[in-house]
Amino acid sequence: MSMRQTFAGDLAVLPTHAFGTRSLTWWGVIAYMLIEGGGFALAAGAYFFLMSQETVWPPSSHPPDLLPGVLFTLIILLSEIPNTLLKKAAESEQRRRVLLLIVLLDLFGLALLVIRGFEFAHINVRWSDNAYGSIVWALLLLHTIHILTDWAESVVLTALMFTRHGTEPRRFVDVSEDALYWRFVWITWLPIFALLYLAPRFV
Amino acid sequence: MTATEHPADVPRDGPELDGPELDRILSETWGDKPGLIGWLTTVDHKRVGKRYIFTAIGFLLLGGILALIMRLQLARPDSGLITADRYNQIFTMHGSTMMFLFAVPVMEAFGVYLVPLMVGTRAISFPRLNAFSYWLYLCGGIMLWVAFLRDVGPDIGWFAYTPLSGPEFSPGKRADFWAQLITFTEVAALAVAVEIVATILKQRAPGMRLDRIPLFVWGMLVTAFMVIFSMPAVTLASSFLLSDRLVGTQFYNATEGGSALLWQHLFWFFGHPEVYIIFLPGLGFVSAIVETFCKRPVFAYPIMVAALVTTGLLAFGLWVHHMFATGLPRLGYAFYTAASMSIALPSGVQIFCWIATMWDSRPRMEVPMWWVVGFIITFVIGGLTGVMVASVPLDLELHDTYFIVAHFHYTLIGGAVFPLLGAITYWFPKITGRMMGDRLGKVAFGFVFAGFHLTFMPMHFTGLLGMPRRVYTYPAGMGWSALNLTSTIGAFVMALGVVLFLANLVRSLGNGAIAGDNPWGAASLEWATTSPPRPYNFAHIPAVTSHTPLWEESLPVFSGLRVEHRELVLTTVVEALPDVRDPSPTPSIWPLLAALATTGLFIWSIFSPWALVWGAIPVGIALTLWFWPKSSPDTHQEPVIE
Repeated sequence: MSMRQTFAGDLAVLPTHAFGTRSLTWWGVIAYMLIEGGGFALAAGAYFFLMSQETVWPPSSHPPDLLPGVLFTLIILLSEIPNTLLKKAAESEQRRRVLLLIVLLDLFGLALLVIRGFEFAHINVRWSDNAYGSIVWALLLLHTIHILTDWAESVVLTALMFTRHGTEPRRFVDVSEDALYWRFVWITWLPIFALLYLAPRFV
Repeated sequence: MTATEHPADVPRDGPELDGPELDRILSETWGDKPGLIGWLTTVDHKRVGKRYIFTAIGFLLLGGILALIMRLQLARPDSGLITADRYNQIFTMHGSTMMFLFAVPVMEAFGVYLVPLMVGTRAISFPRLNAFSYWLYLCGGIMLWVAFLRDVGPDIGWFAYTPLSGPEFSPGKRADFWAQLITFTEVAALAVAVEIVATILKQRAPGMRLDRIPLFVWGMLVTAFMVIFSMPAVTLASSFLLSDRLVGTQFYNATEGGSALLWQHLFWFFGHPEVYIIFLPGLGFVSAIVETFCKRPVFAYPIMVAALVTTGLLAFGLWVHHMFATGLPRLGYAFYTAASMSIALPSGVQIFCWIATMWDSRPRMEVPMWWVVGFIITFVIGGLTGVMVASVPLDLELHDTYFIVAHFHYTLIGGAVFPLLGAITYWFPKITGRMMGDRLGKVAFGFVFAGFHLTFMPMHFTGLLGMPRRVYTYPAGMGWSALNLTSTIGAFVMALGVVLFLANLVRSLGNGAIAGDNPWGAASLEWATTSPPRPYNFAHIPAVTSHTPLWEESLPVFSGLRVEHRELVLTTVVEALPDVRDPSPTPSIWPLLAALATTGLFIWSIFSPWALVWGAIPVGIALTLWFWPKSSPDTHQEPVIE
């Protein structure tokens, strides 16, 4: 270390935060999506594998009632509007807009969790009845864990944004990536919705 | 621009701040608190990496002791040394320990230690996650071994096939401890995989374009992606198993529409890539060692990288070859046979590239090179028997016999453990500052190599003579006795070699020759810093101009990172152009506490499904406190020139 070094350049000119692919945590979020997405895909594969073992699907029960599932799907699709606005507000670092929209999204999450409760109540099969019941419960539970953890994380982030830490520019990166992850949560819901509600009716 | 253009706003490294003064400030910024608190809160990838390596080697020894016990039992026919029940636990514990607690963790551990140094950055990405991952791994290993010592060790084989592992045939909690071990180790492994991917893609030293990444780092990148894509499968499989056992789901119960083959598909979708997850870092070790001791870049770098990536992709296309004996459609047989044979191609390409590298050079035959020679011989044999059992008729004949045991020990020990022992010898001076003894190193190699072949070569024949795996004893007169005795003798010779290797290691810690920064004259960046490296890795971030930077005329560096806060530089993914200065997390006790809370949740959930509800609360609290910023916000107060 004592020998003379030649300096090729200076890093002091670089910014100290950036959005999207320029952010380190963005890559963490993407990797997490790959892991979770892989889990969903394999669970869906298990669904088809178990379906191929049966002649009638669902075996000896009614498909889940449509109303709670459809309602959930409509509301989670609707949530993308404030979610997009939130992501844009975060990336243009407008704190007031971010505070307003993140609270709105927390309320969306809460409503979705309540409806999810009704979905479980109208699933029309117990997890222990047969393998169909098991995989249906597994898919719904797996997705619910994602809604719940993302909601809890958003609430903590909301609280953080209202403290003095919320003025730090890096927090806007966190909000932007939280909005990105919410997209993953609702996009993965769509194939699961198809498996739970449509496949037993139309396949 | 020059280093003097920015205002003297905050202290930064550069020509004005260099040498001992820079070392003092950076050590304070990046160092840990002294004593126990520092030990428990550290997020230094080198400390965590060393801990990971040490623990994994501990599990290697435990797994090895189990292997010796099995070999003692099998040394002669009708042996009554251990009971059938204990034997079932022992072979399950041997396989599970070696795969989940030794092989994958030790490879990732080397990645944790080496990757940030080899790409020229100050720290691993997500260092607190890294600490969390280690603690979780340790807790999972302790849980499994405590269960085993209390006679509730799993007894269902390392791949835990249903229905044997299901509620009907495995009452009690033995299978649950196995299934939960999976959860522990997979969460830990996935965390490390994410860190390694992010570190390699975003934290490479400026100028380290994709085509200048060291081959070991490429190997770790492919491995980390394989972990990301494969481990969810086994986690899902074992969660289904736990819920079948705990709350009466029917995933694997054929009478209620479930399927035992669902288990096999999910397990082997993970299980086959797992083999390459262990083996690709081994290939990386070999490339690093061959390059250094032949004093020339590995022949055909782009082809080597393509071979690594191809292996990673193909590994996901051949899991069904573990299931030939379950009855498959004919097309399935043909497809998976072809896929299984084709994966020999990229491996063969790499072997030829290493030989081409050695061909025209004068390799220095130091101890790491001997391990490479041992690797090539052993792995080629294991690869050839692999091509043999890829053929369905032969596989049906050899399935579940000792031929398979011989085959996969040739690939795993030859392909991964030999390179690992070479890697330990090779990087020991970087990690400890001292060289390992040369003579004892060569003697240890000789014993391990000879002992290995004496143990496993006869197993090919024991298998061909029809001896099945996993039997706790066998009658005399089957023609297996002499072969088994030979294997047992070989196992003890190999164990002696391992003891000599470790004795050398321990002795060298105190008495080895002082190494200096770059004792082997190697080309990659980890050798550009002190041995052992300082907590901040590099005084100045290197500027890379080739894929053998230390063999260039000089190694220029960058100035301008803050020194009173933990700061590192993010670069662009392909070109590695400097892009963002990013803060790096400070030490914290919360990763440890979060890991303990998670351990509570996992173990509790073996006994009650309500653990998922109530056990999640302390985990949530720990994670929240982990991520909640502690210090006053300050990055925006800095006069940044943008």
